Amino acid sequence: MTVRKNQARLTVTEKRAFVDALLELKRNGRYDTFVATHNDFIMSDTDSGDRVGHRSPSFLPWHRRFLIEFEQALQSVDPTVALPYWDWTVDRTPGASLWAPDFLGGSGRGRDGQVMDGPFARGANRWAVNVRVDGRDFLRRSLGAGGRQLPTRAEVDAVLAMGTYDAAPWNSASDGFRNHLEGWRGANLHNRVHVWVGGHMATGASPNDPVFWMHHAFIDKLWADWQKLHPASAYLPTAATGNVVALHDTMRPWNNVTPADMLDHTPHYAYDSVAA
Amino acid sequence: MSTITRRHALGAAAGAAAGLTLAVAATARATTPARAAAGPPPFDEVYQGRRIQGAPSHAGGHHGGHGGGYTVHIDGEELHVMQNADGTWISVINHYEPLATPRATARAAVRELQGAVLVPLATA
Repeated sequence: MTVRKNQARLTVTEKRAFVDALLELKRNGRYDTFVATHNDFIMSDTDSGDRVGHRSPSFLPWHRRFLIEFEQALQSVDPTVALPYWDWTVDRTPGASLWAPDFLGGSGRGRDGQVMDGPFARGANRWAVNVRVDGRDFLRRSLGAGGRQLPTRAEVDAVLAMGTYDAAPWNSASDGFRNHLEGWRGANLHNRVHVWVGGHMATGASPNDPVFWMHHAFIDKLWADWQKLHPASAYLPTAATGNVVALHDTMRPWNNVTPADMLDHTPHYAYDSVAA
Repeated sequence: MSTITRRHALGAAAGAAAGLTLAVAATARATTPARAAAGPPPFDEVYQGRRIQGAPSHAGGHHGGHGGGYTVHIDGEELHVMQNADGTWISVINHYEPLATPRATARAAVRELQGAVLVPLATA
């Protein structure tokens, strides 16, 4: 059974296995197909048109399915690996062990934002950024640049308290849990973390940074926590709605999975802890 | 390494196939007139050594990915931009931090690029 753990509680051996599996997916080319898929969706999901991966109710089930597929790819390399999650309300500084050279490496240097240490630094020659929108092929970050702050636990709890999953117009202007978690409205959770990391994480090609998976694993866990808190609340919309994925509609690019199929994560993995 | 356009990349998305490209192109056509009428004014300036330009686009723009109805260039290369429902803007360089205008979005991209050249989406 796959158990997704808090990244801060991983052993040295677990960190090494996770990093090695990432490097192998990069080497064999599969990693970059995930980056390309994400970028395709982020560029085509629009508030006024078809939207599946982002700025829409299916933001959460789409990323859940996307992470399951990625985790299965990792496990094809090493069956012991599970996706860790990054609780950025706790591990909220560039000094966190997440950013140590034995794991993801640290922030980028000032001159060009280039990450200079860790397994994903360009100098190690194992992590070229191939799916990109500018000429630079090295991983970039600017952790907390400009004095930006990660969301606090209180801000997360306020969003978890929202009892409605999503609301019309089912986009970046919506009220409700999904859009507040995604961050287009209110305190801003998910979007703000992308911006705090900076570099590639702030772009449409954000999965170029391996922290993408740990950030989204935590967003996914917050959805599971929200479900525990609001057992009577359900995915919305349930009836066919223009441009968005209703409960029983299939999601691109898989076309064989619906939000309803993704509501329960437990057939696929467990979390090391879930809110009561 | 081969270089492909964003439109080609979109069409080549895993499992997305041609239907997606056609669907978003149709959406762009449908929304362009309203957006162009109410859209922000054009601009053309040199910012931190880079030429940035923006203008309402026609017939769905250069590519069909976003339905923006407005096109931004940096040193002649298109910067993919998108307008949010509340009127704010983002770009593929800053995709999670809305800004007030396409010009502010272009300037933010220039700062983020740190002199690097914008290229059509490149894949391995």
